Amino acid sequence: MAVSARPRQALAVAGVLGLALGVAACGTGDDKKSDKAGSAECAGYSAYEGHDGKKVKIYSSIRDIEADRLDQSWKQFEDCTGIDIDHEGSGEFEAQLGVQVDGGNAPDIAFIPQPGLLKRFADSGKLKPAGADTKAMAEQNYSADWLKYSTVNGQFYGAPLGSNVKSFVWYSPKTFKEKGWTVPTTWDELIKLSDQIAASGTKPWCAGIESQDATGWPATDWIEDLMLRTQTPEVYDQWTTHGIPFNDPKVAEALDKAGTILKNEKYVNGGFGGVKSIATTSFQEAGTPITTGKCGLHRQASFYANQWPKGTKVAEDGDVFAFYFPAIDPAKGKPVLGGGEFVAAFADRPEVQAVQTYLASGEYANSRAKIGDWVSANKKLDLANVPNPVDKLSVQILLDQKTVFRFDGSDLMPAAVGAGTFWKGMVDWINGKDTATVLQGIESSWPK
Amino acid sequence: MEFDFAEEQPKLLMLMYGLIAFVAVVGGLLLLLDAVPSWFARRREAQLVAASANGAPPIRRPKRGESGFAFFFMLPAVLLLLIGLVFPAIRTTLLSFMDGGSDNWVGLRNYTWMFSEDSIVRVLINTLVWVLLVPLLATTFGLLYAIMVDKARFESVAKSLIFMPMAISFVGAAIIWKFVYAYRGEGQEQIGLLNQIVVSFGGEPKQWLLDSPLNTLLLIVIMVWIQAGFAMVVLSAAIKAIPADIVEAARLDGVTPWQMFWQITMPSIRPALIVVVVTISIATLKVFDIVRTGTNGNYDTSVIANEMYNQSFRYGQNGQGSALAVFLFVLVIPLVIYQIRNLRQQREG
Repeated sequence: MAVSARPRQALAVAGVLGLALGVAACGTGDDKKSDKAGSAECAGYSAYEGHDGKKVKIYSSIRDIEADRLDQSWKQFEDCTGIDIDHEGSGEFEAQLGVQVDGGNAPDIAFIPQPGLLKRFADSGKLKPAGADTKAMAEQNYSADWLKYSTVNGQFYGAPLGSNVKSFVWYSPKTFKEKGWTVPTTWDELIKLSDQIAASGTKPWCAGIESQDATGWPATDWIEDLMLRTQTPEVYDQWTTHGIPFNDPKVAEALDKAGTILKNEKYVNGGFGGVKSIATTSFQEAGTPITTGKCGLHRQASFYANQWPKGTKVAEDGDVFAFYFPAIDPAKGKPVLGGGEFVAAFADRPEVQAVQTYLASGEYANSRAKIGDWVSANKKLDLANVPNPVDKLSVQILLDQKTVFRFDGSDLMPAAVGAGTFWKGMVDWINGKDTATVLQGIESSWPK
Repeated sequence: MEFDFAEEQPKLLMLMYGLIAFVAVVGGLLLLLDAVPSWFARRREAQLVAASANGAPPIRRPKRGESGFAFFFMLPAVLLLLIGLVFPAIRTTLLSFMDGGSDNWVGLRNYTWMFSEDSIVRVLINTLVWVLLVPLLATTFGLLYAIMVDKARFESVAKSLIFMPMAISFVGAAIIWKFVYAYRGEGQEQIGLLNQIVVSFGGEPKQWLLDSPLNTLLLIVIMVWIQAGFAMVVLSAAIKAIPADIVEAARLDGVTPWQMFWQITMPSIRPALIVVVVTISIATLKVFDIVRTGTNGNYDTSVIANEMYNQSFRYGQNGQGSALAVFLFVLVIPLVIYQIRNLRQQREG
């Protein structure tokens, strides 16, 4: 690309001049490398050198500001190694990736947020297993819990990148203080608080699951969180891998438990109307009644921090903040539901593997975290580099020893269920269908 | 963001390349189209000249030259049809007998799935409702409107009012109507026209798009809104084309307006009417944008095209998606055949 070629030409000229002047050679300096290589700031990138002028295409679902931040986060890596990373984000990532791959036009690297989708490409032999360096780096920086999601049939396909914590309940610290409500730490306290808020004339919960062609997903998060709270993590794993049928009584129990809040006319839907309004309220605006006092609680992931109206202070002493969605039985540990994307490669050229390894490193995690609004389960991530209080809390939870982490179940299931009938089933369930019918419908759609 | 030429340089370059390539290809084609026929013509002329010089009668061999000529003109269209239609159709049909990953043959499983899975049967029923109602309603409204405004004072203005929605894309129309159907809780300010009307008459606001089968009907309204304009324009032109002497003769015979409509207008515009109904029917069978934008197929409103897209591209179930596509194809074919036959009869008759 001409953009990066131009500065690099300048860099090359400068490099030749440097040699001519007989300045002490920098590191392993040869004239092909950009002049920045060897400078102090590039010291950390020596392991990734030797791919000057190579191009790596990355495809992801990350767009707009988030995409600019990505570009910014690996800028130094590009400057120092001479690898040109070309990132493209798409709103139709999941559908388009398959089209590109089938059309023989696969990107070098894709940030895949669904282990289920990753498995599909791995099974069809389209993905390349990660290189030894990448694997070593990933094993060093991520817990085995995380790595298993990108491991298919014993083959490791790529490290996690960003993460998010979904087991959060958003609230307004300001309102809580005014009304004398306290942040609950157990399920019983949570229900007691809900009743208390309901008694004060406000509907305690607000929710919204409308999200254009992904409508329904916020409700699946609810169910997954309650699967982790009513069942053991092992049962959760059986559920996501179809070890138990989707209409198992255990799943019904979780659904009904979620129903005690989501389908309770006394509890929902603060600021929007009755239970059914959940189906048509967009997830982006679902929590906003909290800022106007029309709703007390909103269960949504850490990334909801970006959805508040402009000027809302997101902090423990601010307008809104989040607390951990409490466990029902604390003896079982601290179940945490989360998500994230994985750096999987469709090519195994050395420069592609270098980028994969770099993205798994602690250096990258800290570089990206500093720019803001980002969470990762990377163990090398320094809390001091995470500016945003909610992200800080998320990182703390992710790295907490007591945490029993489980990946978003709908992302683990085959897309036909996880991005299809499970979403649609939840919409029907909110819209009045009974638990048994909904679960039966989803079960029958599981691909044979 | 500012527009930085240096930053956008690669894109501009690509744009330039694209333009040059376009000019080269299209220009080249035009040149070819111009050169080849004239070459044929010149050759023929030379043959004729040579023949007359020899004194022998000109060799009459038009068949070969003309068929080569015809073939040359058909080539681009045939190629495009092969690449864009025939090959995909064959491949889709083959895929419909394979599993989700297109690896194994599964026989008719995808087709039995289609007719046994409750949610898909629902989809088929919805499509049927669409196909029955949209052509009927759109054509009826279009026809009534065409007759009512015919020779009225503000005919052109009135017609353009109805025709205007045709200019809006299905997605745009669906978004507009989503606002019409929008819902806000009771006691709040309604932003949806329909709910505002209901509330001002003392009713309770309703979630219009949630309840089946009303929601499908409300989506159908959107399609009718768009297509009625098309029907109106075509039928209006057909009405105007009715020979004045027939109308006059009928008048002299003293027909009632009712008789006029059924005995004169309807038979006269029958061909146009069929074209309109068939065209709208085909468009309706393929409807996708409105459902996807309006409800995304939730709340029991999905139709074949929407489900086909979901199965193939989002759920990775190529087999089931292809089976739906083939079924849709099979549904469209009789309409197309009917249309072609009709056109042919007209030409002959």
